[in-house]
Amino acid sequence: MKSRKSNLSYLQQSLTGIGMSMPISAMAEWGINLPKGVTPVSRDIYDLHMLTMAICAGIGLIVYSFLIFILFRYRRSRGAKPADFDNNSTLENIWTVTPFLILVAMAIPSTLVLIDMEDESNADITIKITGSQWQWHYAYLDKDIEFYSRLSTPTEQIHGKAKKGEWYLLEVDKPLVLPVNQKVRFLVTSDDVIHSWWVPELGVKRDAIPGYIHESWAKILEPGIYRGQCAELCGIDHAFMPIVVKAVTEQEFTQWLAQQNKPRLTEQTDDWKMDTEMRAGREHYMRYCAACHQEDGSGNPPLFPALTNSSVVVGKPISRHIDLVLQGVPGSAMPAFAGQLSNAEIAAIITYERNAWDHDTGDLITPEQVQMRRLKTSDTRATQP
Amino acid sequence: MNMQSDSITEQAKEDAPKGISSFLKHWVFTTNHKDIGTLYLCLSFMMFFVGGAMALVLRAELFIPGLQLVSPNFYNVLVTMHGLIMLLTVIMPVAVGLANWQIPMMIGAPDMALPRLNNMSFWILVFAILLLGSTIFMDGGGPNFGWTMYVPLSTSFGPPSTDFLIFSVHMLGISSILGSINIIATIINMRAPGMTWMKLPMFVWTWLVTAFLLLTIMPVLAGAVTMMLADRNFGTSFFNSAGGGDPLLFQHLFWFFGHPEVYVLILPAFGVISQVIPTFSRKKLFGYNRMVVATLSIAFLSLTVWAHHMFTSGLPLAAEIYFMYATMLIAIPTGIKIFNWLATMYRGSITFETPMLFAVGFIVMFTFGGFTGIMMSIAPSDFQYQDSYFIVGHFHYVLVPGAVFAYMAGIYYWLPKWCGRMYSETLGQWHFWLMVIATNLTFFPMHFLGLAGMPRRIPDYALQFTNFNMIVTVGAFIFGFSQLIFLYNVVRTIKRGSRTTAQVWDGAEGLEWTLSSPPPHHSFQTPPDIK
Repeated sequence: MKSRKSNLSYLQQSLTGIGMSMPISAMAEWGINLPKGVTPVSRDIYDLHMLTMAICAGIGLIVYSFLIFILFRYRRSRGAKPADFDNNSTLENIWTVTPFLILVAMAIPSTLVLIDMEDESNADITIKITGSQWQWHYAYLDKDIEFYSRLSTPTEQIHGKAKKGEWYLLEVDKPLVLPVNQKVRFLVTSDDVIHSWWVPELGVKRDAIPGYIHESWAKILEPGIYRGQCAELCGIDHAFMPIVVKAVTEQEFTQWLAQQNKPRLTEQTDDWKMDTEMRAGREHYMRYCAACHQEDGSGNPPLFPALTNSSVVVGKPISRHIDLVLQGVPGSAMPAFAGQLSNAEIAAIITYERNAWDHDTGDLITPEQVQMRRLKTSDTRATQP
Repeated sequence: MNMQSDSITEQAKEDAPKGISSFLKHWVFTTNHKDIGTLYLCLSFMMFFVGGAMALVLRAELFIPGLQLVSPNFYNVLVTMHGLIMLLTVIMPVAVGLANWQIPMMIGAPDMALPRLNNMSFWILVFAILLLGSTIFMDGGGPNFGWTMYVPLSTSFGPPSTDFLIFSVHMLGISSILGSINIIATIINMRAPGMTWMKLPMFVWTWLVTAFLLLTIMPVLAGAVTMMLADRNFGTSFFNSAGGGDPLLFQHLFWFFGHPEVYVLILPAFGVISQVIPTFSRKKLFGYNRMVVATLSIAFLSLTVWAHHMFTSGLPLAAEIYFMYATMLIAIPTGIKIFNWLATMYRGSITFETPMLFAVGFIVMFTFGGFTGIMMSIAPSDFQYQDSYFIVGHFHYVLVPGAVFAYMAGIYYWLPKWCGRMYSETLGQWHFWLMVIATNLTFFPMHFLGLAGMPRRIPDYALQFTNFNMIVTVGAFIFGFSQLIFLYNVVRTIKRGSRTTAQVWDGAEGLEWTLSSPPPHHSFQTPPDIK
């Protein structure tokens, strides 16, 4: 592995020396080139990328110079007379065989890197990544830790009502925390449509496909925060499901793990008032529901039904409303929120929906009511996160 | 088919419509290859503006970060429509239009072999386009999952209009299949005596190969979308993993169509370039035989590389290695083509009329698209390029300065022949240079965006991508508006361009230049003498 790496970079260096890639690598700070990344794979990919780019630049230099020469030298306005030849087997053989040899030269290092990329064996820890519309779920398989990770950029910034922050659209509520210098194996799958988990600096891009669990791996060499985005069109909020990986030292990682396993604080449910719940409800609604059902509840029928004056939202019993949010509608775009939202969050959302947009039903739903509906359902996912 | 009926139709064409009904009758019922060619070209140009306007809305939304003009759903609808319209209703019809006009004239035939079929394949296309366009106005919005129609986004999660999209794709497919059958029948049966296979003009050769390619792939697409239809409506689970189906199967089927499809778009473009370059270099095409072989091998290879669109989808290692090698091989025949065009120009006597400018622009920028193609064939690197703006930059380089430039070259090249009048060279050159500047302004920065990590098909992006996106948007608007020059130039040519000779270009060789300009209604009534 080591010797191959040095071979590759040697090849690359010697080629970039003559190629055009020197100024390109110097401009890397301005974000116009592939990041070198922080894993052996991402660095190998970077070297390959620079190598092929240098070869292409070299060929381009020759072809374009020849073309420019022809265009100036053989103009009729300079008195050029057409020659009378229309084939030359030797020449044609040369430009059939030479590209083939160049391709072979590129194929060998590429194959070696590819074999390495697809070798997920001997991993130190395994993370199961599940994409769903529009968030990532991370499960540390042997550590009994799991959580959802969602965009944390406020909607006001997206709609131009607030100044955009430094990490606009590239920030999440809970980053994936990984240790450095350990081989991390990712198992990637999806709950609904196809997503793609892409962090350029880790050199990992893996499609999350429902019904499949595909593997990938990364060994992060430097602590830091690495950002990426979903790379496969996955519906309305495809642009809004970023990935943030926080790489920490092994010691910090152990501490972090210990913190995660602490029991949660019990929810504060005593002072459950209409105005506070409406405010919280609106916030959660904008984050989890508004992409499909719209800010004004009008939806986009028939795929995303309108909530305004819908029989579920304004009618009774309220349990029908709670169940629908908890369990979703199988076979439709409506996901089950039981596994990803707390009782308090669901209660707030439902209270908001039942009182916003002139509904004014006056219904105030408490987390206990949601908990009761959870217990009534046999769905295994219905336990509170 | 005698001279009399000929002159009558000519007459009808010459003095504008006597009544609207006879005008409509003429164009709706026409079975003449030139009329149908004109219809294809006009339809294609109209759709070019429709698809282009959609692209401009997308680019306007992307001018600055944040959601400004359109909702994310409508953005996705436009992304889908822009792709489908540009590929299936702009570039394919323009190639078919050129084929209709040129193939009978180039092989010394009076018309296409199957004139009624020709009329039918055009009008099916029109209705397919109407159906496709109507989906935007349906409840729940138009298809919003990209032209690739990946399941399950397009099945369980697709809007109701998806079913209409599927029928539209079926109709587009039928239209292409009928058109291809006609082209194959024409080239095989209608060649003038003495027009042997290895004397066929390159444009005819490339179209023959393209037609066979279309016959191979269109049924596969039709099958795939039919399975989608069944999954959506009849409770089957071809692609539904919850029912034991396989979402990846759809991708395999789609790209078995989708990859050769890009060669369907570019092969006739290669043909056009192979006609234009020798004319303005005043020298025979270099290495004709190997050009034919290269065309055939590109077509064959294109059927064997589809999964390079799926490197990140979890293919087994062996499959990844195979598809990487096979993809890299395509560089060889493509390289032969480019080198042979250069060798054609070498020691020629070159002038730069508009068609030649477009052809040279094609060679330069298509080659660049080829380079990024080679970079992406390297599977490990492709893991980083896949679904980023790098690929958007790549395929726009092969489709816009590739296919579009080549067809522009073809239209400027043959327009004087078709209407017997010369276009304005000044306007043509303005059009070319504006397009060169706009194309590079639009598509070149996309590579940087992709490498820096911007995914494709997003209506909003992180702040670090702002500057390049602004440049791209400016370029796109220049590109769009520069087409108005072309529109004006074509209309002006037809109305009051100066008369041209039959030969038009002094270096042009081929049967079409032996006919008058404009050519008679039935191109060759008696077989021409072939040297």
